[in-house]
Amino acid sequence: MLEKALSGDKRYWSWVAVLLSVIGIGTFYYLRQYNEGLTITGLSRDVTWGFYIAQFTFLVGVAASAVMVVLPYYLHNYKAFGKITILGEFLAIGAVTMCMTFIFVDMGQPYRITNVFLHPSPSSLMFWDTISVFGYLILNIIISQVTLGAERKSIAPPKWIKPIIILSIPWAVSIHTVTAFLYSGLAARPFWMTAILAPRFLASAFAGGPALLILFCFILRKFTKFDAGKEPIQKIALIVTYAMAINLFFIGMELFTAIYSNIPEHISHFEFLFLGLEGNTTLVPWMWTSMILGVLSLILLINPGTRKNEAVLGFSCVILIASIWIDKGMGLIIAGFTPTPLGTVVEYVPTFPEIMITLGVYALGLLIITGLYKIALSVRKQVTT
Amino acid sequence: MSVHRRKFLKLAGITALGLAGGAPAKILAEDSITPDSLKEVTEATATPKAPLVARRWAMVIDLTKCREAGDCNDCQKACHLTHNVPDFGNPKDEIKWIWKESFHHAFHEQEHEFLDEKTKHGPAVVLCNHCDNPPCVRVCPTGATWKRENDGIVMMDWHRCIGCRYCVLACPYGSRSFNWRNPREFIKDLQPEFPTRTRGVVEKCTFCDERLARGQMPACVEACKAKAITFGDLEDPNSEVRTLLHEHFTIRRKPGLGTQPEVYYIV
Repeated sequence: MLEKALSGDKRYWSWVAVLLSVIGIGTFYYLRQYNEGLTITGLSRDVTWGFYIAQFTFLVGVAASAVMVVLPYYLHNYKAFGKITILGEFLAIGAVTMCMTFIFVDMGQPYRITNVFLHPSPSSLMFWDTISVFGYLILNIIISQVTLGAERKSIAPPKWIKPIIILSIPWAVSIHTVTAFLYSGLAARPFWMTAILAPRFLASAFAGGPALLILFCFILRKFTKFDAGKEPIQKIALIVTYAMAINLFFIGMELFTAIYSNIPEHISHFEFLFLGLEGNTTLVPWMWTSMILGVLSLILLINPGTRKNEAVLGFSCVILIASIWIDKGMGLIIAGFTPTPLGTVVEYVPTFPEIMITLGVYALGLLIITGLYKIALSVRKQVTT
Repeated sequence: MSVHRRKFLKLAGITALGLAGGAPAKILAEDSITPDSLKEVTEATATPKAPLVARRWAMVIDLTKCREAGDCNDCQKACHLTHNVPDFGNPKDEIKWIWKESFHHAFHEQEHEFLDEKTKHGPAVVLCNHCDNPPCVRVCPTGATWKRENDGIVMMDWHRCIGCRYCVLACPYGSRSFNWRNPREFIKDLQPEFPTRTRGVVEKCTFCDERLARGQMPACVEACKAKAITFGDLEDPNSEVRTLLHEHFTIRRKPGLGTQPEVYYIV
């Protein structure tokens, strides 16, 4: 089936070439990082995790969000999602691959990464996160391979795959829960030590991931013959709406608890994000942009008139993803380090090589998704003709 | 389990040395020698005194004495020299095992508007607290940092560490440093008795476990002319640290987090 990704028109290959060159640039800077060390990033003694881990966190959410199409289709037999379930699963595969690559590029001693398996440490959440993320990748590869293979032969998928699909549903929830536990179990970092972190991660994931899927459906409709159809897109838009409402509600709850309790070490992180702390206002414009875009997207999504207009829906999805990406991909990690446990403010801004490596990883993920979508659409075309 | 393994390796190392016919110089010259085995060699060859042992090592730092010493920085100088801690000359890449922090930063939850000037502007010597309940050990995904069961020292294995820096996040005291770049080029006065580290691993104070094994007190304790740092066994009721804790009011950093730090401060 993989050979189907190797035949395409000129436009397909130009897109692949663009992605490959971005991967090339990213690899170049990664080799520099490999030789000189993580010192070429903006990370420091006080802000030890940054852009890479933030992208990892954001993308775990994108991966988990596949469950929003898998669950209605397989558990509730919602037929309208039949055409796009595979797109959700392939998106998950691409996202998980990016997650693992981001972890890899963040390691100080990458060639020792097998130590996680050679010296398994169940007391560490990182051990469990590795298992859950890796397991989720395997599950999605098996499920998509088997279901698409069956579709290709125009037969029903084998019965044994059903329990595996059912297993993938709680597994999807688990990957983002365990990822939230990485942060929320640290007494040293009050900003993350909130029981609502995992629910908040899930809400933002179930808004951002499906919104991305809607955009992918629009792109496929424009550039290929594949049309997901109006009904499933509207249904996903509804899921996005509910999830985004819950996400913003959760952010409000975080703000209330921190501000009303007025405990300095809880409130100071939010001060850093929204007002600036000790003259450091790096993230302030970003965070306000995130909040405004988030609220605006929700207004446009709640209103049936604007939600049902596909052009407006596309715009809403773009600003919603931007809002969540800023919140999770920038604010969440950096604010956890600012102020530091010693109460100091240390500025972190990703460096140019760091951004290039990040773009390289994103390009790798997009390349995988492109190839997989190509396979899915080719199989569909073959079956229908 | 890993502790047993380490003990075995140590014994095996010493035995091998014996078999080599007392030619440590030859072994040292070989490139295949890792910093750890180098450590074994020097430990085995230079053991004039019996090792210092305890059931629970602890430290009491008298900040009143430290304050009187003024600009002195002997503890850090001695520690960083002994342990080949590099000096990069910038705060971004900085590595520190023990350092003088302002009271405001070390104990910011203890501060108030009208705190006496001496305390407020005075120093607080900080280092790894060798917690009884260390969060860094809990989060390490490879067992590269662990609490030694026999004496409570929180140890580091620089050959197992994958450099994920999760322990740095988990430490509420900022006591852990990461090697963002190759440290070896930035060691001014290389001490061959102690291993250097590679780029990409985390390091911190180990209560001078290598000196204790040779029967010596930690480098900072020895270096402090004001005798502000006292080190001893908390489980021994007659130890100097127990006497100090009995006679003075002492505080610890962030006691509310339940980590049970083993560094106590007289303020």
